[in-house]
Amino acid sequence: MSVRAATGTEALTTELPVGRSTGWWGMVMFVVTEATLFACLLGSYFYLRFQYGGPWPPDGISKPKLLVPLVMTAVLLPSSLPVVWAERGIRQGQRWRLRAGLAATLVLGVTFLALQASEYAEKLREFTMTTDAYGSLFYLITGFHGLHVLVGLTMIGWLLAASLRGGSFGAHRHERVRNAAIYWHFVDLVWAAILFTVYLSPRL
Amino acid sequence: MSTTAAAPAPGASREDLAALEERWGERPSLRSWFGTVDHKRIGRRYLVTAGFFFILAGLSALAMRTQLARPESRLLSPQEYNQLFTMHGTAMIFLFATPMLFGFGNFLVPLMIGSRDMAFPKLNALGYWVFLFAGLFMWASLPFGAAPNGGWFAYVPLTERTNTPGLHMDVYSLGLLFLGIATTAGSINFIVTALKLRAPGMSLNRVPLFVWAIVATAFMVIFALPALNLDNAMLFLDRRFGTHFFDPGAAGNVLLWQHLFWIFGHPDVYIIVMPALGIVSAVLPAFTRRGVVGYPLIVFAIVAISIISFGVWVHHMFATGLPRLSYSFFSAASTIITIPSGIQIFAWLATMALGRVVLKVPMLFLIGFVVTFVLGGFTGTMFALTAFDQQVTDSYFVVAHFHYVLIGGAVFPMLAGIYYWLPKITGRMYHEGLGRWAFWLVFAGMHVTFFPMHLYGLFGMPRRVYTYRSEPGWDGWNLVSTAGSYLLAIGLLLVLIGVLHAIRRGRPAPPDPWGADSLEWSTDSPPKPYNFPVLPRVHSLHPTWDEASRESMGAGATRDRILADGRRTLLTSELDGSRERVVEMPEASLQPLVLALAMLVFFTAMLVAWYPVAAVAAVAVAATIAVWLWPPRRPERELGVQP
Repeated sequence: MSVRAATGTEALTTELPVGRSTGWWGMVMFVVTEATLFACLLGSYFYLRFQYGGPWPPDGISKPKLLVPLVMTAVLLPSSLPVVWAERGIRQGQRWRLRAGLAATLVLGVTFLALQASEYAEKLREFTMTTDAYGSLFYLITGFHGLHVLVGLTMIGWLLAASLRGGSFGAHRHERVRNAAIYWHFVDLVWAAILFTVYLSPRL
Repeated sequence: MSTTAAAPAPGASREDLAALEERWGERPSLRSWFGTVDHKRIGRRYLVTAGFFFILAGLSALAMRTQLARPESRLLSPQEYNQLFTMHGTAMIFLFATPMLFGFGNFLVPLMIGSRDMAFPKLNALGYWVFLFAGLFMWASLPFGAAPNGGWFAYVPLTERTNTPGLHMDVYSLGLLFLGIATTAGSINFIVTALKLRAPGMSLNRVPLFVWAIVATAFMVIFALPALNLDNAMLFLDRRFGTHFFDPGAAGNVLLWQHLFWIFGHPDVYIIVMPALGIVSAVLPAFTRRGVVGYPLIVFAIVAISIISFGVWVHHMFATGLPRLSYSFFSAASTIITIPSGIQIFAWLATMALGRVVLKVPMLFLIGFVVTFVLGGFTGTMFALTAFDQQVTDSYFVVAHFHYVLIGGAVFPMLAGIYYWLPKITGRMYHEGLGRWAFWLVFAGMHVTFFPMHLYGLFGMPRRVYTYRSEPGWDGWNLVSTAGSYLLAIGLLLVLIGVLHAIRRGRPAPPDPWGADSLEWSTDSPPKPYNFPVLPRVHSLHPTWDEASRESMGAGATRDRILADGRRTLLTSELDGSRERVVEMPEASLQPLVLALAMLVFFTAMLVAWYPVAAVAAVAVAATIAVWLWPPRRPERELGVQP
């Protein structure tokens, strides 16, 4: 009887994860709908820009400076690497790698938001959300992305807290890590599209 | 509620059944009422709540028809009329049609695919509460005279703050953003459920058409709803915080609203109609005594429609002065999309022609659906021709068209579905005679109301006018429409009476009163909390008609499909439906309700501009989610941790 129980379909299939989990699919679908939202947002930017027809940015607003955004890019894009490293670590049951990787990403993400805040401080002196549609677009797009970074950082911080408690993640249980990682990679990649649209395209 | 049980499954022992009841059953209490995650209870709530909003929106329509019964009537003020027609449209589209079909989906999808619940039961509960609160949020504005009043598609610049002051359009934009959370969550849940929770053996080519339709709908929501959400966010920012997205005086553009709205709006037509067409495909086999003709063609049509529907939005904007070339493109796309729609119609007609038609009430509604929907489709293809469209745009002809499409294409199938699944949902049979009366009154009332609108639309009567003068000769036809609307209301009242009568007096329903083909009919009416004592093993497209699939739940039952020692169900592979593993399902919880309440506080605070309260509510939302997803503490050995 015990041999039968140990070799039955159920026993054999519950031990190791097989196939994609529902959580994975749920997160991927969520990211897909979020990505569509960003596509609509960036599409609206180009629509308003080309329908406007005049010089862009309008109203004598200067073209966006590139130094800070490029530094922000250099901070945010590599921030996915520690997440990947952490996720691989916990898959092998190495909890220290999970903790160290998440902490590194947290630092990079907070740096990004600090840089964005300093950029806003400068920009707000030149134009605001209510100056014209360009200003509205600039602050909506970058602000909405900043909000996503904040949500991502909350998830990372939450994972870090759970992993510090112990008894949360291990080689067999790391679904939440993977799902949060998918979201973080998404937030990260979207920034590349925003960099192109908001900062580089006015110079083309 | 007394019910007749399915033949006791030889596969599941008495102890198994007791264990399943222990794990899945919910003792009646206030806590379990607010905390339930059972997809059948949630599905029933969706149906009842959407029905309630339908009644409110229907009464708004009756008030409008009464006002329009004769020329220069003073029953309603123009301001009241604007709010009524806006709430009528908005509620019918967003608070009735989609939630009603999601209700059917919630109740039926797990049963049809042979699972014990949805993929994310707690998210499912959240979706319901958010839908309920968003609906109440929007309707609550009406008694204050602050209801949305800019039409259901809320065109700028009319809806900008300078032209529509007051809270009206803020209620609209925030209400729809709030509701969008429920619709998105529900859609993701349907997709994942259909991909991962199908019974073993249910490969993609054995998935019921209704499930295909729900999944295609869910994909359309995933890709279409973000456009509406962005639009509403911009409208709210423009109105409340002085941004200039839609302000041509400051580099904005009014047409941006229309583009984003219809990029959502045209797929939304199919988001509403598609699951209803799925109901048609689900109901038809039972009343023609054969499978639907051309299963692969219908699946193709469903997928094709859901893709092409994203390429036709500009046909709502033929009167806006866009470049000629874009008219040609969108005109062509709008013509092409009639082909897959036609495939479905002809497949159903062939099914009726080749099968043996059983004329019960659900079948009557299906025939009514074909007649009405095809008429609506005809006028639809007329709009695909730009020249004609520009003549009749914003006239009552358009109103006639989309009521034929939406009542014909969505409400009739829903009514067929209500009669068809009532025995499964309530465990009681409906009264056939009462149902027939209801059908004929609804059918006649619908056509008497809306057919004349084609005529006075062509005679030039514009839509959305609170009154008219007698000179153009519209008054006679309007009176006919008004009389028809009362007839329709009586018919719908009879449907309601029929449902209540069935619940109170109906005779108990057997597990399969129709001799139907899909899996929900192979379990009790109403199903036990765990749906199936033995999860089926599916061998064909019509599992309840095929011996091997039926036997898999009886004599052929195996331990690995009973899963009585825990609250568990099976995951299978996405394409082949081959067994992957057993998963533990969540228990009832109050977290979904708490989260939805926090969101309600957030949106209400945003509406009345109490931003600190909104900030606190946002933190509460984040905290509830953090607690909800907090990982349970497990022993190190189970986790697999290296020192």
